[in-house]
Amino acid sequence: MKHLLSINDLSKAEAISILDTAQEMARVSDGPMKKLPTLRGRTIVNLFAEDSTRTRISFEAAAKRLSADVINFSAKGSSISKGESLKDTAQTLQAMGADAVIIRHGASGAAQRLADSRWMSGAVINAGDGTHEHPSQALLDAFTIRKHLSKGASDLSGLRVAIVGDVLHSRVARSNVLLLAKLGAQVVLVAPPTLLPVGVESWPCAISYDLDAVIDNVDAVMMLRIQMERMSELFFPSAREYSRYFGLNSDRIRALKPDAIVMHPGPMNRGLEITADAADGARSVIVEQVANGVSIRMAVLYLLLAGNQEIGATL
Amino acid sequence: MTQENYLLRGLTLPDGSKSDIEIRNGKISALSTSIAKSEEVIEVDLSGSVALPGLVDLHTHLREPGKEDAETVLSGSMAAAKGGFVAVSAMANTSPVADTAGVVEQVYALGQSAGFVDVFPIGAVTRGLLGEHLSEIGAMADSRARVRIFSDDGNCVFDPLVMRRALEYVKKFDGVIAQHAQEPRLTIDAQMNEGEISSRLGLKGWPAVAEEAIIARDVLIADHVKSRLHICHLTTSGGVEIIRWAKARGIDVTAEVTPHHLLLTDERALSYDPIYKVNPPLRTQRDVEALREGLADGTIDIVATDHAPHPAEAKEVEWQEAAFGMLGLESALSIINQTMVATGLMSWEAVADRMSYAPARIGRYADHGQEIAVGNVANLSVINPTQSMRVDRDRVASRSRNTPFHGMELQGVVTATFFRGSPTYLNGKLTSQGDE
Repeated sequence: MKHLLSINDLSKAEAISILDTAQEMARVSDGPMKKLPTLRGRTIVNLFAEDSTRTRISFEAAAKRLSADVINFSAKGSSISKGESLKDTAQTLQAMGADAVIIRHGASGAAQRLADSRWMSGAVINAGDGTHEHPSQALLDAFTIRKHLSKGASDLSGLRVAIVGDVLHSRVARSNVLLLAKLGAQVVLVAPPTLLPVGVESWPCAISYDLDAVIDNVDAVMMLRIQMERMSELFFPSAREYSRYFGLNSDRIRALKPDAIVMHPGPMNRGLEITADAADGARSVIVEQVANGVSIRMAVLYLLLAGNQEIGATL
Repeated sequence: MTQENYLLRGLTLPDGSKSDIEIRNGKISALSTSIAKSEEVIEVDLSGSVALPGLVDLHTHLREPGKEDAETVLSGSMAAAKGGFVAVSAMANTSPVADTAGVVEQVYALGQSAGFVDVFPIGAVTRGLLGEHLSEIGAMADSRARVRIFSDDGNCVFDPLVMRRALEYVKKFDGVIAQHAQEPRLTIDAQMNEGEISSRLGLKGWPAVAEEAIIARDVLIADHVKSRLHICHLTTSGGVEIIRWAKARGIDVTAEVTPHHLLLTDERALSYDPIYKVNPPLRTQRDVEALREGLADGTIDIVATDHAPHPAEAKEVEWQEAAFGMLGLESALSIINQTMVATGLMSWEAVADRMSYAPARIGRYADHGQEIAVGNVANLSVINPTQSMRVDRDRVASRSRNTPFHGMELQGVVTATFFRGSPTYLNGKLTSQGDE
């Protein structure tokens, strides 16, 4: 594995190895000395051409816990906002000796363009490209589900996961469908027909338009953010109607199986796709997802940049 | 300058018969296998090649005036000659737009002085391609460029009333409206064919229905006002069915298909390399097969390249930022050989029809689309169908390099092009026959 661009880049064994490595990393983070010397002297660039808080901070924390030097490069106030092309930015980073670039970009395929071009030679990690994929988010979601529900199994066989909301515009949904299916889970997408892409029937998952028919039969329910501007784009008639059909509220929380968990990749639109009591209730693992994100990203950086070193040697 | 005379040896004619071709004073002067060589003719051995009537391409973007960094009438003409063409139609989406007699006469004159092919300008249907007011259709038709094809290509003439009026008005000039069929509301920010691949790639879809809905509407309008309609770059199996239905009803509609839509599918987008980004987009294998079948049975009248040069910086970007379009002139005949002739779907006579007779007829280009016969103007395209070539974007005649076929091995090599009796392309060399 040279890059992490899409879940399609990973075999099942590689995905499990990332989850296992993240488990080791979590132990480090829980210990008194939170830092490993593994990536000392390596330079990692956070290239965030699109606004993001939690993903950027999460990658930055992960890189720093592995002792890498981190350069943050965000859209606002940078050459990107002055119209510099991705090619020129990449060549600049190459000239500065970046060992890895973590890229968040509004254009689907931007990470792959960076990796396939000869503009730079370092590792490329996709931190979300347009409406395509967000593989590290899917890995941290799978990690969270495994931790709570797999009963010691290394994969997610037999588990049922509902992903609810704006699938059409969601890179989180695309990566999660691929990864969860790869790990043996059964995925069902729940959304209004307007927010499912034409062609979704070819994805490795089931489709439903009815959250209430699905909710009592899943082990995890993952809510997706709904952007308010979708309403003016005719995807649904009103926020109220959306919430009534597809929102996670206390009635639907009560319908969940006893040990089912509630997830959200954030940022949440409280009151629209999820009510406050659902987001903050006992079933919610939303805050834990954030913590797991750092462990997963440590694992990804470690395996990409120091893959041939024994993790035990550095612990 | 006196014109040289030629004796072309070892050719096969479109009907499959063997013949040499003698050219004197710009015309075909003899056709047989036993033409004696006389002193004053230049003998050329073209054994193994097929001679076709000079190819005519009704759909190119030569970018001049306005985008001379991408292509000029001269560089585009050279690419055309290298691809076996003797006439090309230049789309109106230049800057300024070809919506006045002045612009179309300028483009026509540039073509004549370049001297590789006849360049026939296409006039805009609406002023500035904005879809609101008719452009100076009569002035362009009556100009020295004698425009007969009108198109807002790049934009769809979307307003049905504007389309109706345009179709009616061009009847006075024996003109035709060439429609870029794209329902704009169904294709906002559209990036690629809408289907399985776009759903996975997270790229906004350009659905087949956006093309088919306009084709269906316009064949009905054309029927109602009894005018001539031409559908540019057909890409969907549904579109082929609608054209087939319209022709069966006697509607005066013609349609074109590009070589790239006969060869490539939307799976190319999996690379996110915008060299494959084109409008209308690459479709599915099922569509490719329907297009091949439609071209073979004559539902689709012609092959047209939609040659669309772009400078490197327009393609060396993220997919959604990249320009639509790909080069087509230099590889067109090879692709038709590979996809239609070598596969047994079409004869060389059918190729002569789809790439010479029919386009010349649609454009009313009187000196073109003539059979290879004694006394006719010696416009000839010669292809060796068994040789193959590896496409190299660094060796194109075009000023741009955005060919999606770079590195591909294509079967069929253009060996010569004769324009009004003189070689514009022979032995790998381009020669202008212009007046300068």
